[in-house]
Amino acid sequence: MPPLVKKLASAIGLLLAVVVLNFLLIQLAPGDPVSVIVGEMGGASEDLIAQMRAEYGLDKPVWLQLLIYVGKICTGDFGFSYYFKQPVLNLILQRLPATILLVVSALVLAVVIGTLMGIFSAKKPKGILSHFVTIFSLVGYAAPVFWTGLMLLILFASIIPMFPVSGMMNVRGNDTWYGAVLDVLHHLVLPAVTLASIYIATYSRLSRASMLDVLGSDYIRTARAKGLNERRVVFGHALRNGLIPVVTMIGLQFGQLFAGAVLVETVFNWPGLGRLAFESILRRDYPTLLAILFFSAILVMVANILTDLAYGRIDPRIGGPRRKKAKPRAAGATQ
Amino acid sequence: MKHFRSSTLAAAVALTLGGLFAPAQAETLVVGTTQVPRHFNGAIQSGIATFMASSQIFASPLRYDGNWNPQPYLAKSWDVSDDGLSVTLHLVEGATFHDGEPITSEDVKFSIMTIKANHPFQTMLAPVVDVETPDPLTAVIKLEKPHPALLLAMSPALMPIIPEHIYGEGDIQQNPANLAPVGSGPFKFVEYKQGEYYKLAKNEDFFLDGLPKMDEVIVQIIGDSANLVLATERGDIDMVPFMSGIRDVQRLEKADNVEVSDAGYDAVGALNWIAFNTKKAPFDNPAVRQAIGYAINKDFILQRLLGGVAKDSTGPITGTSPLATDDVEKYAFDLEKATSLLDEAGLTPDGNGIRLSATIDYIPGSPEIGRNVVEYMRTQLKQVGIELEVRTAPDFPTWAQRIANYDFDMTQDSVYNWGDPVIGVDRTYISSNIRKGVIWSNTQQYSNARVDELLAAAAIETDQTKRAELYKEFQQIVVADAPILYINEVPFYTAYKKGLTHLPDTIWGAVSPWDQVEWSE
Repeated sequence: MPPLVKKLASAIGLLLAVVVLNFLLIQLAPGDPVSVIVGEMGGASEDLIAQMRAEYGLDKPVWLQLLIYVGKICTGDFGFSYYFKQPVLNLILQRLPATILLVVSALVLAVVIGTLMGIFSAKKPKGILSHFVTIFSLVGYAAPVFWTGLMLLILFASIIPMFPVSGMMNVRGNDTWYGAVLDVLHHLVLPAVTLASIYIATYSRLSRASMLDVLGSDYIRTARAKGLNERRVVFGHALRNGLIPVVTMIGLQFGQLFAGAVLVETVFNWPGLGRLAFESILRRDYPTLLAILFFSAILVMVANILTDLAYGRIDPRIGGPRRKKAKPRAAGATQ
Repeated sequence: MKHFRSSTLAAAVALTLGGLFAPAQAETLVVGTTQVPRHFNGAIQSGIATFMASSQIFASPLRYDGNWNPQPYLAKSWDVSDDGLSVTLHLVEGATFHDGEPITSEDVKFSIMTIKANHPFQTMLAPVVDVETPDPLTAVIKLEKPHPALLLAMSPALMPIIPEHIYGEGDIQQNPANLAPVGSGPFKFVEYKQGEYYKLAKNEDFFLDGLPKMDEVIVQIIGDSANLVLATERGDIDMVPFMSGIRDVQRLEKADNVEVSDAGYDAVGALNWIAFNTKKAPFDNPAVRQAIGYAINKDFILQRLLGGVAKDSTGPITGTSPLATDDVEKYAFDLEKATSLLDEAGLTPDGNGIRLSATIDYIPGSPEIGRNVVEYMRTQLKQVGIELEVRTAPDFPTWAQRIANYDFDMTQDSVYNWGDPVIGVDRTYISSNIRKGVIWSNTQQYSNARVDELLAAAAIETDQTKRAELYKEFQQIVVADAPILYINEVPFYTAYKKGLTHLPDTIWGAVSPWDQVEWSE
């Protein structure tokens, strides 16, 4: 079986497992969507409750509900949101861009700032900057992301009201398209920084350790001996190898980044998938929640595939077809 | 110097960014809420989130002032027959829906019959048998028995007149117009960004001359109340109705550019109470329930826990209703009386001084009137030898599941009157409404034949004085039997930017039309 087909087959199997497991986990939570809807209605008759349960298929046994659901997913039908009364796909597509914007911005911020901090502290491991990075990493890693968000809100939205409190755009509207773009960026700053904070800590520690390791290796000594300036040594030679653990971490942590987005979106009222997931859990809106989990699983898988591809680009020793041509040790040494 | 520099820089950045993102000047009202509407069709959905939007988009036959008096709205006048079995509505001439179609008595008939068949408040229109339409501007509502609650049920929140040509086809629950509604109210629906905001625009052809005052209404949904308060302090939000968080209200009271008012909301009548499972020993004994009533220092709850912001609640009908009475047992704080009642009930203290152990639940989401009150009770009731275990529910469905299936001893709960007792009060006490699995039915399983009799008689009594007498006896019995201990009226406040006038301060508060709200000069 060709590797790509093998990968796809395992991905599909994994997705199916995700769907089944999520479906069963959700069933364990007490209450169902009808109890929430009835609660918000202020009560309802048994007839109406039975009618709603039948309408949503909740009167059927769980295994049958699962079979029906899996069948529908296979045809690309994610169902109808019990609570929001819309096709789930509409809801997800409305919210997906906001989450992608937030997660990607946070990721870029975290990788760029974290790596730069790591590099500069690795250059002088006992310098002030290095100590600062260590302390910053400790605090950044230890602080819960929602707490960081709340602190930033109090500081930069209340005491110094530089940034908006919530949402993605000024609801009063913008006159021009560039005004709208700036408005979104203005709203993005605090949530993106909050979400990035924990990963800046991770990446700075990681790249610091990795760069310390790489900067002590033979080929760097060779590069320096050739008379290359320090900038070329660090950014042209060492960084490429130093980045490998960072790239690995990006792939591994993509799922966690999504989990963080749930909290950040809730704190900042960011209209993304994370907040929708939170609302769906509270309302037991199974179809919406399952679809969000499904899409998250796909995104994490895509991120992992992209990470694999990125390895190949950064380090020719890794990756399928190139492996035969590349000579392991020598490749690193001749960079 | 450094400090000066950084603060100057911060101020400069704030000014620049502030100028860059300054909102456009328009007669716009930005309303903030934590509530997410499922959809906007109040004919088939209850709850504040839908009612608030629906009351702007749809008009109803009547509306109310701040003193429980009905006022003409889509019906310019109305007559109730002597036998109370028919109510004739005379509609205003020339009124149209937002799509330009005229509003006729057929639409009124369609709306009333749709509400009767689909609205969760089943008792609201239960006695309606038919609506006759002798001409396009006259609708005659036929009743199988007199129904004095009908006039209140014709309020904007409860009886939106929906166009038959839009909602008449297919299953109304699935009608796409529920999310893109067409009504005849002061504002037209423009767009809904799910979970973010919905926009409404002035209805230029509104049948009331000179109204509405605002060109545009934007309702912004901010899930977290602390963020909503912050946004209101900053001036991002112009009006926040239905504020009930004590600390939020207190914080906004101190804000420079914000006013806070508790005017209106009388008919919504939200009560906060402690309910007992009256079928479970020892709470099947009224003396035990009464003892707990005497053991609670309500003054402490009202003044200390709720900061003097919430009013006392003494019975099942909200205090400002014309049908409420003050002539009931008040359960004044008296530990000796509580102890002797427990002794009489045969609950004597064991070696550790414990007379009884029980659980108490609370609705998650409103910690001030929920968790704080039950935590206080846990400590307080120790003084009379009652050991309470506070059970926390992670979310509403978990709590609702326990209570609706009678898996509880005591629970804090908030329940709304919704205007007339027939709509929001009877359900809690009438024995025919003991329905397992249905939250906000008679989950206390309270049953008293005299109460059933009184509620049945009051539901059809058209003489207001006699009706009030019937409800008075009902309130006295229920308070004495104590299936429920009334703690406080849930305070609803409207926070608004200084300069905003003619706020919705009728008995329905913000679930009435905002057509008169305007900016003062």
